[in-house]
Amino acid sequence: MDNDKHSGHETHAWKVSFGRRVANSAATIGMACAAVLVVTPLVVIFSYLVYRGIGALNWSFLTQIPKPVGEAGGGMANAIVGSALILLIASAIGIPLGIGSGVFLAEYGRNRYGDVVRFTADVLNGVPSIVIGSTVWGLLVVTQKHFSLFSGAVALGIMMVPTVTRSTEEILLMVPQSVREAAIGLGISQWRVTVSVVLRTATAGILTGIMLAFARVAGETAPLMFTAFGNQFWSVSPNQPASALPLQIFYYATSAFEELNRQAWAGALVLIVLIVGTIGIVRLVASRGLMKGAV
Amino acid sequence: MEALPKITFAPPKAAAERADSVHAVPRPAVRLAPVIPPAGRFADRIFKGLVLGCAASVFAIVVLIVIELVSQSRLSLRAFGLSFFVHSNWDPVSGDFGAFPFIYGTLVSSLLALIIAVPLAAGVALFTTEMCPRPLRSTLSFLVELLAAIPSVIYGLWGIFVLAPILRTYVEPWLAHNFGWTGLFEGAPYGLGMLAAGIILAIMIVPIIASITREVVTAVPRQQREAVLALGATRWETLRIGVLRNARTGIMGGIILGLGRALGETIAVTMVIGNSPQISKSLFAPGYTLASVIANEFTEATGNLYLSALMEIGLALFIITLIVNALAQLLVWSVTRGMPARAIG
Repeated sequence: MDNDKHSGHETHAWKVSFGRRVANSAATIGMACAAVLVVTPLVVIFSYLVYRGIGALNWSFLTQIPKPVGEAGGGMANAIVGSALILLIASAIGIPLGIGSGVFLAEYGRNRYGDVVRFTADVLNGVPSIVIGSTVWGLLVVTQKHFSLFSGAVALGIMMVPTVTRSTEEILLMVPQSVREAAIGLGISQWRVTVSVVLRTATAGILTGIMLAFARVAGETAPLMFTAFGNQFWSVSPNQPASALPLQIFYYATSAFEELNRQAWAGALVLIVLIVGTIGIVRLVASRGLMKGAV
Repeated sequence: MEALPKITFAPPKAAAERADSVHAVPRPAVRLAPVIPPAGRFADRIFKGLVLGCAASVFAIVVLIVIELVSQSRLSLRAFGLSFFVHSNWDPVSGDFGAFPFIYGTLVSSLLALIIAVPLAAGVALFTTEMCPRPLRSTLSFLVELLAAIPSVIYGLWGIFVLAPILRTYVEPWLAHNFGWTGLFEGAPYGLGMLAAGIILAIMIVPIIASITREVVTAVPRQQREAVLALGATRWETLRIGVLRNARTGIMGGIILGLGRALGETIAVTMVIGNSPQISKSLFAPGYTLASVIANEFTEATGNLYLSALMEIGLALFIITLIVNALAQLLVWSVTRGMPARAIG
């Protein structure tokens, strides 16, 4: 009898009750719906960007500076060049600092000091960009007494540091310990091992981290508002206020003039092409070679 | 039988320590050439100093930010003390500053964003890791990542010209008609306001929460799933019992990280929230956040007290995001511990 009961119980277990099946299907459908709902805004935003942007994008947009308000035409050439210069100087500040601290964390940082640096890098990563902007304003703009392209670049450079630091550390830790041992075994000094062997091996991965940091700051507006400030005219001097693509989009989008709103869409299209292009290159680099799966 | 030579495996130490220990072992009778020439040792020290300098500068930047924020907000700190954060009048003309409307706006818009984003992000993350057909997997996670790559100014642009009109003409009248009795949806449907800010923020934080969720869910050992499956559980039960129960702390960490991002988000919110320092129960009403008041009024601030009050808001924002992010890191670490360090951003 005991045996019977047991076997009865067993056959019952194989049959999944109606309620459980419903719960299973409901959960599956719910998750699929969530996926669709998340992808929808992406598709809508991109298609709208292309639709509105292509209409407003023309040759003069890319080659001319803004016309006085009310006049038709004009473009964002100064903002595009301004963005390029700001990003160039920001990279020159942020990338060496980031790689250096990443090397420190991976090669010398398995201790308390490393933990402190790791924690501060994470803190810096979480600081809202507007706070970084106002801090750089206090440090540079107030002391120089004027807005400048350089101060904007410093703000963006600071924002690049934590991303580059943590990705460099992560990639360097993926380089097998045996590679370091082999190099040390040959009698090469420590710094040459790091520079010529470890960093060489990890180049693709470090580049990936740099590009991601670049894409992240390329679209930043808030830190530039009180530093680079914006400029309606040509200016390539690091010491003068400069325009940048995201800043110009912001001012034009909140403007009451339809012509400027139209140009904001064109600017947005240029910006997104720049960013998605960067990320596309990252994916291409990351999908092959040693750092496969790093991103 | 001769005893085998004892082999000990040293735990992986930093290569630097091992290079030093080469000199520590007793020299054999036969003299070998010095492993590292003195010049190399000197260069080593220089190199270590260089990377240490870089790392120290990261620390210095954060310290500098704190010093700058505190020193710039000194005036306001002295004038208003802690009552700055509970006082709800913001009147630059008479020099009376209270940050409560901004704190309220920041909290409400961020919480609204979480309410919308958490189920979606968890759903899409679980769908990609557990349910979705394999070929679709990488495409879907790429698309979600792409959402994180859109600059906030473009979200704002889209919010002004696409989302707000939709809210104004379709969604808000419908909400007012059906849920007006709750008091959350009343007043004129402007389109721009707390609801628009919440929705834009939700779209922006979905990728963060989703990527952390994916990471912690993948960190749950396979055996957990197999064990539950072997007991006859359905797929959903396997997920719920075998996976989510183990990963919930980490998912919570991801949610809090998303909250940190939402609290500090500036431009997109500034463009759609309406920018008016008022406290209203209705989600249709315009609001103001800590970050957007800085963005809007900083360059127009006349007078040192006004600037100082804005800087104190920046200081408050810094402290809040610091606490929120530290908490999130702690929760994520407690689940993914033992896995390689991963930059979150």
